[in-house]
Amino acid sequence: MGTLQAVDGVSFSIKKGEALALIGESGCGKSSLAKCLIRLLPRNVELFKGHIYLDGVDLMKLSDEEFRKTIRWQKISIVPQAALNSLNPVIKVGEQVAEPLLIHKSIDKKEALERVRELFSLVGIPEAFVDRYPFELSGGMRQRVMIAMALIMNPEIVILDEPTSALDVLIQANIMNMLKRIKKESNLTFILITHDVSISSELADKVAVMYGGQIVELNDAENFYSSPLHPYSQKLMASVPSLREDKQPEYIPGSPVSLINPPKGCRFADRCPFRMEKCSEEPPLIPLKDGNYVRCWLHAK
Amino acid sequence: MAEDRVLLSLRNVRKWYSIRKGVFGKMVYVKAVDGVSFDLERGEAISLVGESGCGKTTLGRTILGLEEPTSGKIIFDGREIANSDKKLMKWYRRQTGFVQQDPFGALPPFMTVKRILEEPMIINKVDKKERQERIYRALTEVRLTPVENFLNKYPHMLSGGQQQRVVIARAIILNPKLIVADEPVSMLDASVRIEILTLLKELQRRHGISIIYITHDLSTTRYFSEWIFVMYAGKIVEKARVEKLLKNPLHPYSRALLAAIPDPDARNRFVFRELPPGEPPSLIDPPRGCRFHPRCIYRLKGLCDEKEPPEIAYEKDHFVSCWLYAQER
Repeated sequence: MGTLQAVDGVSFSIKKGEALALIGESGCGKSSLAKCLIRLLPRNVELFKGHIYLDGVDLMKLSDEEFRKTIRWQKISIVPQAALNSLNPVIKVGEQVAEPLLIHKSIDKKEALERVRELFSLVGIPEAFVDRYPFELSGGMRQRVMIAMALIMNPEIVILDEPTSALDVLIQANIMNMLKRIKKESNLTFILITHDVSISSELADKVAVMYGGQIVELNDAENFYSSPLHPYSQKLMASVPSLREDKQPEYIPGSPVSLINPPKGCRFADRCPFRMEKCSEEPPLIPLKDGNYVRCWLHAK
Repeated sequence: MAEDRVLLSLRNVRKWYSIRKGVFGKMVYVKAVDGVSFDLERGEAISLVGESGCGKTTLGRTILGLEEPTSGKIIFDGREIANSDKKLMKWYRRQTGFVQQDPFGALPPFMTVKRILEEPMIINKVDKKERQERIYRALTEVRLTPVENFLNKYPHMLSGGQQQRVVIARAIILNPKLIVADEPVSMLDASVRIEILTLLKELQRRHGISIIYITHDLSTTRYFSEWIFVMYAGKIVEKARVEKLLKNPLHPYSRALLAAIPDPDARNRFVFRELPPGEPPSLIDPPRGCRFHPRCIYRLKGLCDEKEPPEIAYEKDHFVSCWLYAQER
């Protein structure tokens, strides 16, 4: 037994209208980070501290009640993982999507459903589907419903937790097309959580690679996908099978670090091909351009 | 004889499920697999690619004898398997191994790894000493070493990748000639995926096992199999050597599948992918003619929506069922 440090000392910032991809293997803390941002933490949280600024306001200073009333779903919303099974089976999908509007804003049901119809056409669902039940929709359609639900309050930030991982490739590509269009046409900020490097490149302006509860590299998409800096990022990129290039994908030997008693120093050191003596000390954040950084001794001057 | 190279032949295999629409309604058929033919050579790996609901899992289960085909022939090692007697079936089960999608669901939670691996050998009356040896060998082959550390573990004590290794060890323990792997890595992390696929590839090379790899993910097929069969709505629409299919996909559906999968690239975020409209058809009442025609931008009116396309040999090792490539229409 002990304390599991799911997210440990993470810093990043996103500009309005940007998309940040959080990538890493399962158990690296990316979903936990999302739960911190929207404050939907499990009950057994031992420690939750730091600062989360939204438009200059520190959200950590808000009480849970204030956060619920003014931030969650209104400023920051989430499309949870396994969203396909998150819908209530006995309520029409249109009413489920309208629910936050009815709770937070004093408008009548008719008006709310009107707004749902608008949103449905934005995310590519036939408007008549507002009267359908979840079981009448395909997986792709249900995922679009969940995305509509996240958009209903006009939030500033939408967190997408593995939005396409349970879907077929064509439906996945379709949903990514839709998200790209929304991103282009609106000023929404996206945080995309995925373990699929290829999918992350469909939306990300910026990429944060997580390993063992920490961000080990934060970089612009242009730099990251062509020349990742952290050894873990490089390994992750090398593990992606390519359809078009003839390269053999490699796997990363060893298994992810335990988050209960993580080793001192660099958490990736045991699996790193470039390991040096210095790696048993905590690596510093080496700043790159535009507030980006890499957490690795190799890049220290 | 050239025939000897072929391990498994399917000839016009169909698997239809009957369901009744409403309590007094008439019987209708879900045509999950509808006329599939192919040959699989010894030691060869093929990938069966398609979206959910295209019938690829049903085809895999039918090949394994877990489902009786509605019609058609399945010939394994010169013997007719479909609708055969119990004795032949028992022999056939020894020749085949199955690797499922969800490793945790595939392993009995109350059995230790040792017991899980021993079970098929007890059923097939392998003697005790031999059993121990095979368990050690199988676990070493799937790299669950040191073996002693894993023998007495229960499935829940293992990681997803390790569980899948146990499933693979169980699949090879009776020295089968054929393994059907149904989405063996789709529930695993990206880097573990490559590890498991590499392992399957090694087993195929080392023991000359034929593998049918069922997946919806084209990107993993190239490193893993010699052939790709693309399946759509119960039928195989294109069969080709891997390089040929990836370089020059012929069927409009194969093209769409390829186009939908990105390679990591920062430019992807500005590119909208061209995708066929709509969703796959119902298998109860599939469209007439070519089943892809309602979604196809190249469809020929009066032909694709009327007549089923024949299988056309486009070049060596490349077959497509599409009217666009027919010499005579």
